[in-house]
Amino acid sequence: MTGSPAAHDISIVLAGEAGQGIQTIEQLLTAILQLAGFHIHATKEYMSRVRGGTNSTSIRVASRPVQAPLQRIDLLIPLDEKVIPHLRYRLTEETIIVGDREVVGDLSRLRHVPLRQLAREIGNEMYANTMALGLILGLLAVEAQVMEQYLASRFAGKGEEVVANNLQAARLGHDRGYALRESGEIRFPEIMRHDNAKEIMVNGSEAIAMGAIAGGCQCITSYPMTPGTGVITFMAQHQHDFGLLVEQAEDEIAAINMALGAWYAGARAMVTTSGGGFALMTEGISLAGMLETPVVIHLGQRPGPATGLPTRTEQGDLELALYAGHGEFPRIILAPESLPGAFALSRQAFDLADRYQVPVIILTDQYLVDTYYNTAAFVLDPRQTSRFIVESAEDYQRYRLTPDGISPRAIPGRGLGLVGVDSDEHDEAGHITEDLELRVKMVDKRLHKLEKIKEALLPAGLAGPGDYRAIVVSWGSVNPIVREALAQLGVNDVAQIAIQQVYPLPADLGHYLAAADKTIIVENNATAQLGHLIQRETGHGFHQAILKYNGLPFTVEELVDDLQKCLPAS
Amino acid sequence: MDFDMGKIDIAWCPGCGNFGILTALKRTLAELQIRPRDLVLVSGIGQAAKTPHYVKANFFNGLHGRALPPATLIKAVNPELTVIVTSGDGDMYGEGGNHFIHAIRRNPDITVIVHNNMVYGLTKGQASPTSQPGFVTPLQVDGVFEEPFNPLAVAVALNASFVARTSIHDLELTRRIFARAIRHKGFALVDTFTPCVSFNKVNTRHWYQEHTYVLDDNYDPRDRTAAWQKAVETGPWPLGVIYTSPPKPSFEENLPVYKTNRQPLIDRKVQWEKLAALIDSRKG
Ligand SMILES: Cc1ncc(C[n+]2csc(CCOP(=O)(O)OP(=O)(O)O)c2C)c(N)n1
Repeated sequence: MTGSPAAHDISIVLAGEAGQGIQTIEQLLTAILQLAGFHIHATKEYMSRVRGGTNSTSIRVASRPVQAPLQRIDLLIPLDEKVIPHLRYRLTEETIIVGDREVVGDLSRLRHVPLRQLAREIGNEMYANTMALGLILGLLAVEAQVMEQYLASRFAGKGEEVVANNLQAARLGHDRGYALRESGEIRFPEIMRHDNAKEIMVNGSEAIAMGAIAGGCQCITSYPMTPGTGVITFMAQHQHDFGLLVEQAEDEIAAINMALGAWYAGARAMVTTSGGGFALMTEGISLAGMLETPVVIHLGQRPGPATGLPTRTEQGDLELALYAGHGEFPRIILAPESLPGAFALSRQAFDLADRYQVPVIILTDQYLVDTYYNTAAFVLDPRQTSRFIVESAEDYQRYRLTPDGISPRAIPGRGLGLVGVDSDEHDEAGHITEDLELRVKMVDKRLHKLEKIKEALLPAGLAGPGDYRAIVVSWGSVNPIVREALAQLGVNDVAQIAIQQVYPLPADLGHYLAAADKTIIVENNATAQLGHLIQRETGHGFHQAILKYNGLPFTVEELVDDLQKCLPAS
Repeated sequence: MDFDMGKIDIAWCPGCGNFGILTALKRTLAELQIRPRDLVLVSGIGQAAKTPHYVKANFFNGLHGRALPPATLIKAVNPELTVIVTSGDGDMYGEGGNHFIHAIRRNPDITVIVHNNMVYGLTKGQASPTSQPGFVTPLQVDGVFEEPFNPLAVAVALNASFVARTSIHDLELTRRIFARAIRHKGFALVDTFTPCVSFNKVNTRHWYQEHTYVLDDNYDPRDRTAAWQKAVETGPWPLGVIYTSPPKPSFEENLPVYKTNRQPLIDRKVQWEKLAALIDSRKG
């Protein structure tokens, strides 16, 4: 499955051992490419270890916005000899491999550049990475001045010598790269640049965290677990600016119960975790359902069961999120597909939780939290973030039975009344009850909120022709990959439904599925969990499932191939 | 202040020590002139954990073993509230043992009253972490053989800011210790001996009377070595304030959010300009 290199983008991959500094080059490279005005998409796959192994970063440099990873590699920069076997499946006839023979060994296809030797001449082998950076930028004809300006400011704090040496290394690399390009020895398609003054670059974790802050989040309590940790780390780093309470809990059970205490007392709080930690939180999620205390949970998925593949990606926890917690109570599950989606849904999660007094789960995955690309700057609208707390009157009852099931929520110390919440079945004042008639009323009240939620949520929306024959459905981070694959296939009788609101499902979904001759579900898991949910909720199953569960995200080329096989010839 | 709930149906057995704790607590709260609306009682699950339902105050009756995490954050997001945890020995030292350790390390300004009846009451008589060796139950048919959990020794080892033991057979002592604990700034543990009339026929009110003594006025709880000795003493068991650590900041005081701004977190607004600047900083 090679796929011809499309003229509008270049796929660059940097790979090497953990601890070799790939992340630093990646970060510098993407920042400079952004400055130069390219569209870029960067994602990484890495091993669960601190040193050794093979990690890689894939950077897609494009003439137009891209939100999906590619399979093919156009330019590979290996930093050690293990890279080639690790990435062989992504190499094509056209892949250009540029590197240092001294490091990578004698590869038949290698365009040798003596990075180490040159770095030693500057004074230290460690400048080889900066030189590789310059090399890539030279190959792409990025102006040396843009590169130098950025590096000078980036290394400014590290002393004159470090700045001078890095600049020299970058320039040397750049000269080499530019020369290879000018001589025609290595030639990539011309990538167009654009005015990106209104664009930002963030990764998925940052988009979730920024969305949370915009949603009024004041407090995050969590226990570290990849890939959920990025969100709390980002918030910790900005806690002084934003007045955030950040606490590393002793375990995930403490984390969720802390968050519930914070909401009860009037703060907006969240937790972030991955599947294993989420599993420990399940009793707390059930408690949120019973207390009707809002809470927001970010669940960054990685492959399970158990510890699974700690640093890789999967959509294997939808059913966990859906069924976590004993007893029957409503919840909301959102699965952002993109960085702007992550920001918007994370913000919205807090209002939804507060308004309906339910747990809201934001389902992402390692691929999404570790991916970044240029995107329009997030727009802030303070009017969008509302609070739903009332001041209590003297006769306040936390669980007053109301027609819509939502009891006005007061907080302790703010008003004349008292606020009691209880994990036992309770009466309107929150006191333990075994009045079984009241029990039924309370169950109905809690479940009624789900109807209210359904009324308020957005329709699924359908992209593509109105007179479609086939529909492709996917959720979360897979959506943009399907979108690009379908665009590339150029089929005119296939529609796409890209779900970001996993539960409750959009009301119009069944109606769209009913009108299709063929339905295809695409999921980054082994059992088509969303497909089963849709079948149960709408009565419409899927004719075919495209599933991937080796720990990596789909690539555009893979989906082009897979979809082509599934779609009816038109 | 009146913390009385009037005529309510209380789920405790006649003669249960919990009644004494409830009385001592309500009297102490009245004496300290805390307003019910500024008070939050937090508990887990168990017979002891029902206490918040019997006091006129705000309450958070959460999950078995999980009283401390919400209590810590309730106090942290609104330090103007008085937060008191009331729970059983199973709840606090068994299911919630990990939180017990880490809550002491955080040192939130809350009071933790553990109704220690050395048995699981609500679930009808199984051993608890504080059950004494040889204690026979329907589940521990040959008697408990595990080393009992010693909450005071653990608390002293963790340099808890206030560590006390009382016994409900001495209501006046209990009231005095509750008052000191609630007034104390920082984590205050009051392990309270109390009989379970239905499921513990060994550690009865009489037994507690016979097997305890009150520390005299010369005892200095600031002496950690002496406190350690008192904490591990079991025959008879000392009652009183066993240990107070050198003054240290509470969890809330240590939180960066309160370093320069004392306004409760819950009253603060989104920092829109700063967020806009943060987003802008990600432009090329
Ligand atoms: C997760 C969970 N496990 C077990 C229980 C059952 N349970 C309820 S209370 C309790 C122990 C009660 O003992 P203790 O905390 O000492 O309180 P007491 O009833 O003696 O006052 C148990 C095991 C539960 N409610 N939740």
